[in-house]
Amino acid sequence: MLNKRFIEILVGMFMLAGIIALFVLAFKVSGLNMYSSKGSYHVSAIFDNIGDLKVRAPVTIAGVRVGEVSDIGINATTFKATVGFRVDKNQDKLPADTTAKILTAGIIGANYIELIPGYDEVNLKDGDVIIDTQPAIILENLISQMIYKIGGDKKESN
Amino acid sequence: MILWIENLGRIGLSFCQSVGVSGLFLSRTVFRKPRLIRLFPLVIEQIYAVGVLSMVIIVLSGLFIGMVLALQGYNILERFGAVEQLGQLVALSVVRELGPVIGGLLFAGRAGSSLTAEIGLMQVTEQLTSMEMMAVDPLWRVISPRFWAGVISMPVLIAIFCMVAMFGSYLVGVEWLGVDAGQFWSNMQASVNFRIDVVNGLIKGLVFGIVVTWIAVYQGYYAVPTAAGIGRATTKTVVYGSLAILGLDFILTSVMLGGW
Repeated sequence: MLNKRFIEILVGMFMLAGIIALFVLAFKVSGLNMYSSKGSYHVSAIFDNIGDLKVRAPVTIAGVRVGEVSDIGINATTFKATVGFRVDKNQDKLPADTTAKILTAGIIGANYIELIPGYDEVNLKDGDVIIDTQPAIILENLISQMIYKIGGDKKESN
Repeated sequence: MILWIENLGRIGLSFCQSVGVSGLFLSRTVFRKPRLIRLFPLVIEQIYAVGVLSMVIIVLSGLFIGMVLALQGYNILERFGAVEQLGQLVALSVVRELGPVIGGLLFAGRAGSSLTAEIGLMQVTEQLTSMEMMAVDPLWRVISPRFWAGVISMPVLIAIFCMVAMFGSYLVGVEWLGVDAGQFWSNMQASVNFRIDVVNGLIKGLVFGIVVTWIAVYQGYYAVPTAAGIGRATTKTVVYGSLAILGLDFILTSVMLGGW
């Protein structure tokens, strides 16, 4: 029979290992990072089409992650998508005429938002709306346009 | 013909009866006057027996499952030129399914069977009866700490299993097969959601823990008090426990994927 203290220490280490495992799963595996309302500010952008963009998709400037998408909705009157995202507080020098576009990581990768800073003197602040945006490129639309074009060329040559 | 129907009826009735008995048994174990301060040391002791001693088998099998998944996944993903998705493949399959299910099956085999055998032997040697003679409630003194220990240990074991499996797949995928480490982790992090994948996996683990420990202590407590009876009870624990895990896994997965 092991003595009681030894057992208690082992059980403590066991529980500790479980908590460490949970943290590893949270931060290393699922990449949980908080762009909480404290350390970030909320900006929204209006897109014609958001493609496959999801909540928690990254927001980048020049490819560097600076925030994440926090909410996605549709405007009931204009039928355009409104995407809200949180940007890191350190990035508070973004000009007000910054534009946003939705890009795809690789051919079958996930969508993300890329911010392209403009030249305005005024800075983007909490609650601002970006109107100058580029929608996601939908692969099916591109292909159908291409097929249409090829078909058109053939008719002309005939 | 009528005999056959009669047999069917008897089986049905005895099944319902055993479900009812085990339900009452569980409720008497769980819902009782809270004497937490006195229960706590007993639970600690049982977590050692149920959880800490299961660590070796959980860690080893987690490591090997992670390694094998990485190997198999690499072979298939290589055909599509998408080996950088390996982290995502392994993480999602381990965290969502393999971790809770295989962890649960191992737990039923390692901890569940020993719980049943231990309680069954206490029953055979009339230790439980003598406890009652001393006005100590065996449900409180013997069953309750074991039940809680199983319920607490299981999610912890699952979390450890998943972490070790990720490490194993990292070893094979990145260190051996040469997948880029940055892509391995970033693809994983982009696709695994903490709330939907990790938390749901641990909820599965908790449910499996409750069910397996419940079956184990019930089978031990109501074992036929003979040598053969204990053997049969131990077998039943492993069989029923494994079937319950697999069946519940399907139900839980369908509930979780159904937008819950």
